[in-house]
Amino acid sequence: MINTPQKERHTISIIVDNEAGVLARVIGLFAGRGYNIEHLTVAPVDSAGTESRITVVTVGTPKIIEQIKAQLDRLVPIHRVGDLTEEGPSVERELALVKVSGSNEQRLEALRVAEAFRAKRVDSTGTSFVFEVTGKTEKIKAFIHLMEELGLVEVVRTGVAALKRGKDAL
Amino acid sequence: MSSKAKSGAEIIIKSLEDLGVEVIFGYPGGAVLPIYDALHNHKKIKHILVRHEQAAVHAAEGYARSTGKPGVVLVTSGPGATNAVTGLADAMLDSIPVVCLTGQVPVQLIGSDAFQESDTVGITRHCTKHNYLVRSSDDVSAIIHEAFHVATTGRPGPVVVDIPKDVQILPSENQHKGPIKHRSYLPALKGDEEAIKKAVELLATAKKPIFYTGGGVINSGPKASKLLRKLAQLIGTPVTSTLMGLGAYPSTDPLFLGMLGMHGTYEANNAMHDCDVMVCIGARFDDRITGRIDAFSPKSKKIHIDIDRSSINKIIHVDVPVVGDVAHVLEVFLKFWKKGRHKLDGEALKSWWAEINLNRDRNCLDYAKKDDVIMPQYALERLQTLTKGKDVYYTTEVGQHQMWAAQFLQFEEPNRWMTSGGLGTMGYGFPAAMGVQMAHPKALVIDVAGEASIQMNIQELSTVMQHDLPVKIFILNNEYMGMVRQWQELNHEGRYSNSYTASLPDFVKLAESYGATGLKVEDPSDLDATIIEMIETPGPVLVDCRVEKLANCFPMIPSGAAHNEMILPDENETKKFEGGAALV
Repeated sequence: MINTPQKERHTISIIVDNEAGVLARVIGLFAGRGYNIEHLTVAPVDSAGTESRITVVTVGTPKIIEQIKAQLDRLVPIHRVGDLTEEGPSVERELALVKVSGSNEQRLEALRVAEAFRAKRVDSTGTSFVFEVTGKTEKIKAFIHLMEELGLVEVVRTGVAALKRGKDAL
Repeated sequence: MSSKAKSGAEIIIKSLEDLGVEVIFGYPGGAVLPIYDALHNHKKIKHILVRHEQAAVHAAEGYARSTGKPGVVLVTSGPGATNAVTGLADAMLDSIPVVCLTGQVPVQLIGSDAFQESDTVGITRHCTKHNYLVRSSDDVSAIIHEAFHVATTGRPGPVVVDIPKDVQILPSENQHKGPIKHRSYLPALKGDEEAIKKAVELLATAKKPIFYTGGGVINSGPKASKLLRKLAQLIGTPVTSTLMGLGAYPSTDPLFLGMLGMHGTYEANNAMHDCDVMVCIGARFDDRITGRIDAFSPKSKKIHIDIDRSSINKIIHVDVPVVGDVAHVLEVFLKFWKKGRHKLDGEALKSWWAEINLNRDRNCLDYAKKDDVIMPQYALERLQTLTKGKDVYYTTEVGQHQMWAAQFLQFEEPNRWMTSGGLGTMGYGFPAAMGVQMAHPKALVIDVAGEASIQMNIQELSTVMQHDLPVKIFILNNEYMGMVRQWQELNHEGRYSNSYTASLPDFVKLAESYGATGLKVEDPSDLDATIIEMIETPGPVLVDCRVEKLANCFPMIPSGAAHNEMILPDENETKKFEGGAALV
């Protein structure tokens, strides 16, 4: 039997010139070569707004992960590519807004769960709440899962943002 | 407008002039009229008016590959740009430096589905190394300079600069001068010395070494070819080459085993399979080279020299990667080899060569000659013999004739062989030959073609007439899309679905209708005279060489087979293809 290599989840950070079309180049590369995107976040990160940081969470065999990084590195407007999963410990956070609308009983339970998850109530009406919850992807998923029983209406997630631990930059 | 300010179009032309551009291949249209106006009666830059934008890009590729300089294309927006896409994709896969300027609708109209608008930057993103949309005439000069920098450095490739019409008209004083210092694009040139040391040490242990060379040697420049020759001859290693690399090492040198891969030689493929140290120099383990991946050269340690990091371990795992330009890396390699006083095990090398020579004796390119019909292989052998010693450049279209040309023509120098390797673009050869002829006006430039491929850009007969480009087109006419028919014979039980071309034109009359010379030959005894007439007739000549209709191109690694499972011509009848339809 052929041993198929195990797939791994990697968080990749990319520093790019903040120019028109740069995001299309990055995600077009993933789509065109059949790579996975599980999470994607992007925003300018310097005060002048000339550089953006893209964080991609992807899944693939070690060989594919290497290819992804090498292919990204080829793109002209890309400054640096880092693999936070490979380059030692990192912190990862995600933010979600979760809207629920349920019976009185469900509302009470939702508030209790939110407190346990340290979720903030950012909107409340007579019939609904919007919670803001931050944390690792697993925590966000667990929170959403619990809310499904309590009148979940809709969810938005930012995707993963991540930085290397310690004093060094990418 | 201050006295120093010029229109965007004038700035564009001045930038091209400053970059040393001598020729542009293009086709005008509404969205590039200001640039064409600035080009009118230009003293330094010549414009070649093609008849289809795809041909403009192939011509630029031919120009680039035969000179090492970037080819330049100018086309209009919308259909002008979309017609150029095939050429750009071709240049992308074969790493050819091309800068393509496309017109675009005015900035204000972008996104409004204006007349002849297309999202050129979006469409060409995947088939260019990089592309730009210029939003101001203040930026246009710097962007053009950057485009040339990106196209020609690192692993070369096509770059598109999309220029809206208002940007061509509006004035600016910005004219870029000096080299480009890019903030994020910094390709590696020199290989890591530690890695090269490791490579030297690994090669020194080899008992069965082989050099597997590719287009990267040619792209690196003539110095790389010289160093390759020096190194191989110093060490005594066998050398094989990909389709793209032919000419980097002289075909007639005894160390050269011929091309490898699907239609490569028996000796080259078996040497690849049996070697113990493989040095891959500027090649990329393409599927037409490797055959079945899990059976590819199973016993060897592999060294891979490539300027593009993403080529390393993409398909085949290598033991010693060296990222850098071939010439730079080989120079250091040679230095370390000499300094370490390395020498291969002489006895081992001798028995390796004995093994290889045994395979050579199989004479894998042999074919049955016929008296009554011209065999395509014979036609190419005669073409080779009758052009030997001349200042000759060859281009090809795509298919059987291309593989036969690679097998039977000989290349002593780099940059003399232009073919569409990666994309396999039918219709490449003739326009590419125009570009070669532009760069080498006195040389003999021959497009080896098939009757199917040539019709994909036959309209360029008009271009070669207008611009006095004496290109010779040598059509091996078997009335079939030969390679399609061959695969149908081998993999689809001889069901020749749509591979026969009825209603072929009378190629002689067709050539004559453009004012070119048309020749036809059917009898093997007339072949030499026809080839000589083709060479000696001034101006463009088209030869309709009628060949055996059902000849197959062998040897062949069947799709999905290993290097040591080649089919030789004499085994064709007995060895059945298994597994039905081929995947790759």
